[in-house]
Amino acid sequence: MTLLANSLASTKPAGIKAASAATRIGETFARLEAQKKKALVAFVTAGDPSREITVPLMHAMVESGVDVIELGMPFSDPMAEGPVIQRSSERALALGVGVADVFAYVSEFREKDNVTPVVLMGYANPIERMGMQAFGDRAKAAGVDGLIVVDYPPEESHDLLRTMDSVGIDVIYLLSPTSTPARIEMVASVGRGYIYYVSLKGVTGAANINTAEVAAVVARIKAKTDLPIGVGFGIRDGETARRVGDIADAVIIGSRIIQEMENSPPGAAIDNVKTLLQGIRRALDA
Amino acid sequence: MQMYDLPDARGHFGQYGGVFVAETLQAALLELKVEYEKTRTDPEFIAEFQRELKHYVGRPSPIYHAKRLSDDLGGAQIYLKREDLNHTGAHKINNTIGQALLARRMGKPRVIAETGAGQHGVASATVAARYGLECVVYMGSEDVKRQAQNVYRMKLLGATVVPVESGSKTLKDALNEAMRDWVTNVENTYYIIGTVAGPHPYPMMVRDFNSVVGKECIWQMPEMIGRQPDAVLACVGGGSNAMGIFYDYIGDESVRLIGCEAGGEGVETGRHAASLSAGSAGILHGNRTYLIQNADGQIIDTHSISAGLDYPGVGPEHAWLKDSGRAEYVAVNDEEALAAFHRLCRIEGIIPALESSHAIAQAIKMAPTMAKGKVLLVNLSGRGDKDMATVAERSGLQFFCRASCQQNAKT
Repeated sequence: MTLLANSLASTKPAGIKAASAATRIGETFARLEAQKKKALVAFVTAGDPSREITVPLMHAMVESGVDVIELGMPFSDPMAEGPVIQRSSERALALGVGVADVFAYVSEFREKDNVTPVVLMGYANPIERMGMQAFGDRAKAAGVDGLIVVDYPPEESHDLLRTMDSVGIDVIYLLSPTSTPARIEMVASVGRGYIYYVSLKGVTGAANINTAEVAAVVARIKAKTDLPIGVGFGIRDGETARRVGDIADAVIIGSRIIQEMENSPPGAAIDNVKTLLQGIRRALDA
Repeated sequence: MQMYDLPDARGHFGQYGGVFVAETLQAALLELKVEYEKTRTDPEFIAEFQRELKHYVGRPSPIYHAKRLSDDLGGAQIYLKREDLNHTGAHKINNTIGQALLARRMGKPRVIAETGAGQHGVASATVAARYGLECVVYMGSEDVKRQAQNVYRMKLLGATVVPVESGSKTLKDALNEAMRDWVTNVENTYYIIGTVAGPHPYPMMVRDFNSVVGKECIWQMPEMIGRQPDAVLACVGGGSNAMGIFYDYIGDESVRLIGCEAGGEGVETGRHAASLSAGSAGILHGNRTYLIQNADGQIIDTHSISAGLDYPGVGPEHAWLKDSGRAEYVAVNDEEALAAFHRLCRIEGIIPALESSHAIAQAIKMAPTMAKGKVLLVNLSGRGDKDMATVAERSGLQFFCRASCQQNAKT
């Protein structure tokens, strides 16, 4: 595995970490570090609960203090997701939302916001179906900055890395509490943008987070990489966000936002998400 | 005979297979891979596995010359590998015994499984009872409704059946849900996948455990006819019974390998489950293989009269065998399978599973075009007792599972 990490690392263009400071993701983390602030990363599924809501929702999240947007690409078989994100994916698919729609939302978002990084998150099959090069070219043209593919581990993503590096999109990898030291090293050497640390064993939206355990693993990852580390899974309120903010560079929140929208009366979803995120932002900055 | 040694160390059959899963599952799969590598060559494990197959399953299963059917067709001779005579009524038990023994060695007191028709669920519940393991079976809520009898069998055997409400509420969603359970409970839980799909090492491991079927044929056929058959036929959903009987024949290129997929209402109607015949390459359930998907790369609903073939993917080794030309894959539709089902009942006194009926239908198509000296070996992978309700309904007949239903129907 170390051998593999080395061979992947050697395909990395020289000075990639310096170069990534020039991307929106790199710039955002550099600016926040200078301000001694933590990044708030928010996930929503594209086209859920309606096609029309996504772009206004993205702007509203930025107004509420979100630094990075993760936009979910709906997939019929989201194996790593809990019930909340599964439902959101199903709602979007029922509306026929596909990868091309996701690109269109990002393009429209970029008309008014050319600063906030947008990271697409999804599964391998729709990307392969479009073709990796076509996907990369169209994503870049739309203004996408990063890509998380849940079921492309580093060992299986040589082509993805090469293609996304060539178009200038950061491939972001996940690490988990069960990741071995060899895997941490591998992800540290091939990852771009930031590292997404999944704080819990289980699926998205699962129970509560143990911040002491998270701190220990984050320290082990930090020893291997200069990339910022975001922590997601199990962050439900300002208090957990603040505690995670003490140990990581970014706090990632997803299922909680979607739940907020599910529980909102028609027309109130965006306002309620704003209130939720403003609260988390305040706690994070306190 | 050429050497055949796939998959490679990371589970690839050419461009297919692999480990396409989230980071959260990587450690569990690595643990399984390491443990299985140790186990598969351990003489003690092999001896125990073989003992169980002999005394608990009733192996070796016989090969039967379907002479009346062959005479009726007037061409090639049809031989049936009688996996339907195994304990629990299908080949599925070969794999669940192997994996349950592995779970026990790994110290996991809880096993989980996904099931479509319920056959793998029943086989898992059976071995869990046999080895004293807790068993949870995930089953799409649509399948729970369609397969009430198997749900009850699993409960009788002490398993908990969890209906899955997500997605299309069928087998693929049950597999997703079982994976989610595994990610969450990996310390004490072993996931028994029922077919030759999923991430490495599952396709290899499930094939290895089922390859006892082909290994027996390799010595049984010469005993019966003095040589190997001209072709081996098996139905293919995920493809575990087919890999089981094909595997030991791969190196012998004088034997044609023919996989029979579910053509449903006809491949041209779009309502089928023939991923190899009519699908395209993609990634699902942890491996790269042929899938039934739309232009956006979303997995679409499949259809087959037989719930056990109703799956939008297929084992990656079959994908490789197709591309390499070593095996041929054909689609057999619902009506053809149903006709073969009835014909075998009437002419040989054997009630085949609807899954296996697809392979029998293909043999019925081929035999009359071949000389009488030619031999077709069909894997009769399961018995049809579980399909009574489906067949009765298709035939417009009344079939009741219990006396009280009849009472209700009369009023």
